Formats: sequence, C-alpha cells, structure tokens
Amino acid sequence: MSLLKTENVIMQFGGVIAVNDLNIDIKKGELAALIGPNGAGKTTAFNVITGVYTPTSGKVLFSPTDNGGVASEIDISGKRPDKITGLGIARTFQNIRLFSDLSVLENVLIATHLNINYSFLSAILRMPKARNGEREAKEKCEFLLERMGLIDLKDEKASSLPYGQQRHLEIARALATNPQLLLLDEPAAGMNPQETDELTDLIFKLKTDFDLTIFMIEHHMDLVMEISDHIYVLDFGCTIAKGNPNEIQNDPKVIEAYLGVDEDVED
Amino acid sequence: MKNTQNSLGAYLKKHWKTVVFLVLVLIGIGIADQFVNSFMRRLLNLSAIYTIVALSMNLVNGFTGQFSLGQAGFMAIGAYTVAIFTVPVGLRSTIFYLAPMAPLLANIQLPFVVALILGGFLSAGVAFLIGSPCLRLRGDYLAIATLGFSEIIRIIFTNTQTITNGALGIKSIPTISSLWWTFGIALIVIIACFLLINSSYGRAFKSVREDEIAAEAMGVSLFKTKMTSFLISAFFTGIGGGLYAALLGTVDPKQFYFTLTYNFLLIIVLGGMGSISGTIIASFVVTLGQEALRFLDEPMAFGLDLPIFRPGLRMVVFSFLLMVVVLFYRKGLMGTNELTWNFIANKYRSIKSRFTKKAASAQGGDSK
Repeated sequence: MSLLKTENVIMQFGGVIAVNDLNIDIKKGELAALIGPNGAGKTTAFNVITGVYTPTSGKVLFSPTDNGGVASEIDISGKRPDKITGLGIARTFQNIRLFSDLSVLENVLIATHLNINYSFLSAILRMPKARNGEREAKEKCEFLLERMGLIDLKDEKASSLPYGQQRHLEIARALATNPQLLLLDEPAAGMNPQETDELTDLIFKLKTDFDLTIFMIEHHMDLVMEISDHIYVLDFGCTIAKGNPNEIQNDPKVIEAYLGVDEDVED
Repeated sequence: MKNTQNSLGAYLKKHWKTVVFLVLVLIGIGIADQFVNSFMRRLLNLSAIYTIVALSMNLVNGFTGQFSLGQAGFMAIGAYTVAIFTVPVGLRSTIFYLAPMAPLLANIQLPFVVALILGGFLSAGVAFLIGSPCLRLRGDYLAIATLGFSEIIRIIFTNTQTITNGALGIKSIPTISSLWWTFGIALIVIIACFLLINSSYGRAFKSVREDEIAAEAMGVSLFKTKMTSFLISAFFTGIGGGLYAALLGTVDPKQFYFTLTYNFLLIIVLGGMGSISGTIIASFVVTLGQEALRFLDEPMAFGLDLPIFRPGLRMVVFSFLLMVVVLFYRKGLMGTNELTWNFIANKYRSIKSRFTKKAASAQGGDSK
C-alpha cells in the first residue's frame, strides 16, 4: 500500500523547471532514497512534499493511517506546512535549522506543539490539563532525547552542540511530531565514515522502533545502497531512474549522469 | 484532596524563595502606598504602567520576533475607552462644550474596572483587524503598518469631535492614586506573561522568532501564533492605556504621538528583547532615570549659570547613557535571560571567581 505518491508534479520557478514530472510511490514501511547530482531538484522535491512550495502542477497524495488503522488518501499539494506536519510528515533540513537560541529540550518540546492541546486560559491559570499536557510532552521529549543520545545535553543551547549532535537533534525534533513518514534531507552530510556508519544503524533502528516510513536525500552512496529498499535518481529535475539498489547501480543512465562522476571524485 | 495538598506543599517547598520575594514585594508596595509623596507616587504608578505596556510590546517584538510599532495606538484606544466611559455624566456637557457628546454614549457610565477591560478588548479587536492582513506578510511590513495605524488612530481621535472631544481632549477623568491599581495589574500581567511564555504557546512564539520555516515544519501555524501574541499584546496595552488615562486624569490626542512608542521600544531594547525581568527593570530605570536627571535641565543646577545646563541636556545625557549600555550589553541588560535564582547564583559565582582570579594573578605578579 502506498503511503506517499506524487503524480506528475512539476515545480517551476520562472523559466527554471526545478522538478519536472516527478512520479514517486513510497510504500508503507519502506525506506526510499532520492539521489542525484547537486542542483538536481532533490530538496525542491522535499519542499513540495512538505508544503514549503505549492507545485506548479501535479498532485501529492498522502495516505496517513488514523487511530483506527484506516488509511485515507489526501491530496496535500498546496497545503500549509504545519497542516502537513499535523497529518504525519516530518522532516529534517539540509542546512540544519534548529532553534539555536533555545535549549535542546525546548527544541524538541516545540515539536510536540500539535499534540498538546490545552486552551490559552488554562495555560495562564496552569489548570491540571495544562500541567498534565506539559508533563506528558516533557516525558516524551526526554525519552526521544535519551534515544538519540542527547539526554545529558538537554539544558544546553542548541547552537552550542557539535555538528553531528545537531543533526541528531533535528531527527529527535522531527520524531516528536509523531510522524508516519520521515523525510531526511542529507542526514549524513559532513559526517566522517564512522559517524555515517553509526547513523546508518540509527536510522534503521528508528524505522523499526517507531514504525516509520523513511524517505531520504543522501550523497553517501554506501549508506544509500546499504539501507534503501527503493531509490529514485533525479538529474536536472527529471527522474532518470528508479528501482532497487542493484538496478540503480547497473543502470547505464545513472552511471553516466552520476555514479561515474562520483566514483572519480571518490577515488 | 490530600494529593492536592501535597502537591501544593511540594510547590511551596520548591518555589519558597519566589513566594517570599512576592510577599516582600507586596509588603513593599503596601508601605510605599502609605508613605511616598505625590510626586514619587506618580512616578511609581507611571513605572508600573510602563512595565505593563513594555512587557506586552516585548511579547510581540522580543518573544515572537515580529517588529510592531503600534503601542501608542493601542494605548490610545484603551485610554479613550476609560475616559469616555468613566467621566461623570453630569460633567460631560462642560467638557464637550464645542460639540455635545454623541447621544448614544452621552448617558453611559461604566465602573472603572469594566471600562478598563472593555478598553483591552476594543484594543485587541482593532489589533485583529490590522493583524489579519499584516501578519501574513514576512519582514518589516508589520512595523510600517502598525506605525501607520498608530497615527491613523490619533488622527481619528482628533476628528471625532462628538465621541472623543477632538483636539480638546477629555478632562475630569476620575483618577486613581493608590499604587495598588497599577502595581496589582502589573503583577497580574507579569505573572500571566511568565506562565504563558513557559507554556506550549510561549514555545511556539519563540520558535517563530528563531526560524519561521523550521517552526512551520514542526507544526506551528505561523499566522495563528503571531496573531495570538499580537492580540494578547494589544489587550494588555489597552489596559495599560486605560490606567494611563486614569492616572493623568486627562487624555488628548497629542499624548499618543508615535514618539510614545519609542519610549517602550527603548525600554525593551535596554532590558533585553525576550526577557520579562529585563523589561521590568528597564521600565523602572527609564521612568525613574528620566526624572532623576531632570536637574540637568535647570540653568542654575550647581549654583552657577553654566551654558550647557539648558532644557534638553537631560535627554542628551540619557541618550549617552543608553549608548553606553547598548555598547557593553549588546542584547540589553538581560538578553533573553530571566532574573531567576539560578541566574543570580551563577552571576554571583562568576563575579566571585573573577575576583579570586584577580587576587591570585596579583599575587603571582608579586612573586615575580
């Protein structure tokens, strides 16, 4: 059953077509990856899915499961980002966007915003409902921080964390929104091979533990080939290949557009 | 029942310093209310009102990160509401001598508290009308729109002769002199702001300030959050304006020039954008400081007729002091910190360690 589907999505900025006729189909429980050279339109595709941009044409269909386990398909193209987050899509950012002046715990607490519902008045009067809501949110966030190995740093300012941990914090924050689909925009960017390995394990564990479907943009080919079920390759906005890691590695188009160049750089 | 008592006990145990401090503040206000002279009383009242208005401005500008410059306009709405509805009906014909008051309003007189709250709500209502289009925009549009609004309100109040008595203003407003009104309401506003900031609403405010795109991706509705902050701010400002009218006993449109807004901007920049305690401290420092420097305006300040001691020097010195503060404390006195017990303890420790280090290094110098 597909969780996220895009149908002929085109995103055009003036004369530039950043994403041309994007058709992806991510099944529930899958780990899909989006790869492609710089400027291929990967982050733009993410921005269309999360509502930052309204696509010029095409549909983005998301089928979240509600509490009763029933999935219903919704066209989310053009919806506001906060609404889409509320439906169950969370994301991290390529160039880390933490709330840098706030503490690590506060960063995660903000992401529970949609799940704690107490009225404005009970916030000011500190009614039991507000107190309980706050306590539950805090417990949940501390659990997530523990999971991401950040619990000892919870009172530090987010901007004071080292780079790798800031990336972890972004993932913790995304998880706090209770997502069904997690979009990771280059989670391993700037990490050394050892850190990348650890991240690979972590992503894999999170996927099973939180019952997530993951869609990620990544440049580390080892990571992508190791954990992806399905890979989409973009080049100049067009999808030039899709398939499992094996198919992608042997696709002549991909080798020509991307992997060939990439191997030269790496060697 | 037992459970609630226990939690209350635990609460008191955890926050006993704060509770003691609050009780001391209340006793302090009580003593001051008995003994201060009328000049000091007015200054203290004004400081408390400035605290209310500056704090509500900080809610939008400091905590939510939206640059709004409409404080004078919202204050005017609150002030005129109190003025129009509390002036005794019998006096109205003498006040409105150029044109009689509109018959619809001429016979309505409300108790002070009701008029005060009504002023808050009217102010919030107008904020909703301005905010609906402006808060959807990003960037500095809000500053321009609210600045324009504040001037428009003043012009409207100057020209609605039968409601506001135009440029003549409204006199004989029943005044308040007790410190309890202003300080009581200021305390309520401070506590409400503090609790609000430490709730999920307050966190949403701060997330919008830090990064709008990330906030939205975390499920925070930008418009709703900005609007909430803007409405609360306008409500409290309206109340502050109402108290201002009742303190002075007279309102006229000239009191609400946009320069009034800059007073509050100055306070929140000085105190720290995003700090409640900083705003409180700065409100008192600015209000009392401007008066304390008044001797500089008098030509014979030190028994000599020095050429620089002329009206206006006070503001020169004041501005200079401000520049010094901003130079050394770029984020205001408190930054985004709060004056909590932990903060004080940390400051004390750092100062102490600095002194011991100095002493140690001095000794080291001797041994050389």
